[in-house]
Amino acid sequence: MDVKMKHKRRAVVDADNCVACGCCVKVCPKDAIKVWKGSMAKVDTETCVGCGKCAQECPASVIEIKAVLS
Amino acid sequence: MKKHWYDYLWIVSLTYLTLGFFNILFAWLGLLCFFIPLIISIAAGTKGYCNRYCGRGQLFGILGGRFGLSRKKDIPGWMKSKWFRYGFLIFFLIMFCQMLWNTYMVFAGVQDLKQAVTLLWTFRLPWQWAYHGTLLHPGAAQFAFGFYSIMLTSTVLGLATMVCFKPRSWCVYCPMGTMTQLICKAKNR
Repeated sequence: MDVKMKHKRRAVVDADNCVACGCCVKVCPKDAIKVWKGSMAKVDTETCVGCGKCAQECPASVIEIKAVLS
Repeated sequence: MKKHWYDYLWIVSLTYLTLGFFNILFAWLGLLCFFIPLIISIAAGTKGYCNRYCGRGQLFGILGGRFGLSRKKDIPGWMKSKWFRYGFLIFFLIMFCQMLWNTYMVFAGVQDLKQAVTLLWTFRLPWQWAYHGTLLHPGAAQFAFGFYSIMLTSTVLGLATMVCFKPRSWCVYCPMGTMTQLICKAKNR
């Protein structure tokens, strides 16, 4: 069977430096990012389409759009 | 995106800052911005206040975003580093205690009420126009002047970093945000 591996663009959070302000949550059009227990933002990689709005908004600039294997 | 009632809390923040120019005693209401985030983080273990209800953050978001008063550049690395964030929190708490000490000195009758707002912990601005006497002890007014100084100082700092960096840069080093995040991390370990 031929399993297709695709590179998809996703938001990736540098959790260690995330301030958990929630700016990213407000701008996400897909509701794909959440602040996990007041500690850091977490991306639902299934839902995220890598549009980059969160990365643009993030005041700490700890979100990057990266190509990930899915 | 659907708007909620809490997306308009920036009006409350703006009103609060304005009221301080007319009657300093309104500054007491600012305690809500201290206790609500702490209660939410301790009780629920989330940063619900920052994430939803913080009117100050919304205000910076609107001014820097919609009004375009922000360069939207990345914040320098050191400003988001842990030592700066924790250091600023400690500095902020020390200055807060100093303010409480000044309030205590007025309550104790050792010092007279100073009708001034201290900006950036340094510049003393005469503010007597916003003081019309109080039914309570002058110490209650001293606390109001001190607390409003803190609120105005953080607004000025927030506006400065809003212009230089991203709109809500204040959120990166906001002492309340740092404190509630520490509480959440401790709770959810």
